[in-house]
Amino acid sequence: MADKILKKLNIKVWRQKNAADKGRFETYTIENISTGSSFLEMLDILNDKLIIDGQDPIAFDHDCREGICGTCSLYINGRPHGPDTEVTTCQLHMRKFNDGETITIEPWRAKAFPVIKDLVVDRTAFEKILRAGGFISVNTGGVPDANAIPVPYEDAEESMDAAACIGCGACVAACKNSSAMLFVSAKVSHLAKLPQGKVEAKKRARRMVAKMDELGFGGCTNTGACEVECPKSISITNIARLNREYLLARFSE
Amino acid sequence: MSKFLTASIGRKFIMGVSGLFLVVFIAVHLTVNILLIFDDSGELFNQAAHFMGTNPVVKIMEPLLGIGFLVHILWSFFLEYQNWKARPVKYDRKSSGVSSTWTSRNMLVLGALVLVFLIVHVLQFFWVIKFNPESMNSVIIGGEEMEDTYSLVAGLFRSSVAYDLFYIVGGILLGFHLSHGFWSGFQTLGLSNKHWISRLQVLGKIFSVIVAIGFSIIPLYFLIKF
Ligand code: HEM
Ligand code: SF4
Ligand code: FES
Repeated sequence: MADKILKKLNIKVWRQKNAADKGRFETYTIENISTGSSFLEMLDILNDKLIIDGQDPIAFDHDCREGICGTCSLYINGRPHGPDTEVTTCQLHMRKFNDGETITIEPWRAKAFPVIKDLVVDRTAFEKILRAGGFISVNTGGVPDANAIPVPYEDAEESMDAAACIGCGACVAACKNSSAMLFVSAKVSHLAKLPQGKVEAKKRARRMVAKMDELGFGGCTNTGACEVECPKSISITNIARLNREYLLARFSE
Repeated sequence: MSKFLTASIGRKFIMGVSGLFLVVFIAVHLTVNILLIFDDSGELFNQAAHFMGTNPVVKIMEPLLGIGFLVHILWSFFLEYQNWKARPVKYDRKSSGVSSTWTSRNMLVLGALVLVFLIVHVLQFFWVIKFNPESMNSVIIGGEEMEDTYSLVAGLFRSSVAYDLFYIVGGILLGFHLSHGFWSGFQTLGLSNKHWISRLQVLGKIFSVIVAIGFSIIPLYFLIKF
């Protein structure tokens, strides 16, 4: 089946020259967009037009364009990664939109993710959280035989599910409190569930949470918006685990 | 301790513990109150109220409950303010309804409305029973003289439809608060996993429906019956 053509779209997008600029919304119209094209391709087409018209193209983050790197980060029509489920912005397609529609594009909004330019935000905060404890520093020795360290199937599954987090920040963008709890809980869980990671589980939880708080993310109120908007469907049961690990770490001190 | 109270999870822990403590209170409170509609002579409720007013365990719990409420309420405003600060620039367009319930996003609004109810409620009953018992009638049940709490409550509910409606709305608001609060409290304490999360959510829904219906059926009973 041939893709339909969206004859006209209004693109209302956040423009901000640099971190210090106040920023404002601009609305552009764009014509004849195939429903088969991706959302970022649509933006590429719009940017081509802006360049030809002698205007500054819209800055947005992207890299792999196949949903694995976590770089793309657009808040589209009131939702991180737009109106589709379990996809990143780069996997979003124009068939999710209607002809004549006004599409609103905003950057992630959080104190911990300051806007650098237009739709690009600085997500160094996530790196800082990882550096605070998202690693294993115990000596794990040489490569053991695959069956030497038994890992229960359930644990392996839960660990792998949590490890699917690509660090995109949609959870923070979706949360009414700009909380990074889903991200941090995923990072804590995928290590805590495996034998080598278990050793430092408490310390890791404590350090990563301390860093998260320091960087200005909000607290969790369990609305569950993060799980729904997460492109990798990271479960909020990880947050329960993080709460448990953290509280046990605190109470056992 | 100071480290615990500056950490987001530590802070939320206070919210969860106080909230679940209030949940236990609400369960006891409803159990006693529902006696109002099972005995029109009022004896059953009066005896229960007398027991609650004189029992040493309840006496110890009373100030604790007051503290629980205070902590829960004051802390809730403080935490919401902290969370609100985490997003200095707000979104222009939001589709929050897709990913979360209105209730879960508006716990402070619901809580504040419950608080308004609570203040009036405490002044109407608790305050009178505690500090102005001389204004109440007394009855003799089983040879023991006690305050006629039943008449105080029944009298109010019969006096005006407005009071009945106020109490019905109060019960329903609390029900909504708990439809999120119940399971959220467990989640906050880390007492949930992939099996228990849905069980707790269902349990929370059932509990909040019981609370909403339970508390509003009492004024409704007096409204219809008398
Ligand atoms: C009988 C009365 C009340 C009960 C039984 C109750 C119960 C609860 C419970 C169980 C929670 C969940 C705690 C958690 O998520 O960790 C909660 C949260 C909360 N309550 Fe209450 N509460 C009551 C009254 C109030 C009042 C009067 C206020 C405020 C004025 C309030 C404001 C809040 C707020 C803001 C939250 C946090 C919401 C969230 O984390 O999603 N509550 N409450
Ligand atoms: S938890 Fe999900 S939404 Fe959050 S950073 Fe990881 S992949 Fe993105
Ligand atoms: S560009 Fe890599 S996930 Fe979207």
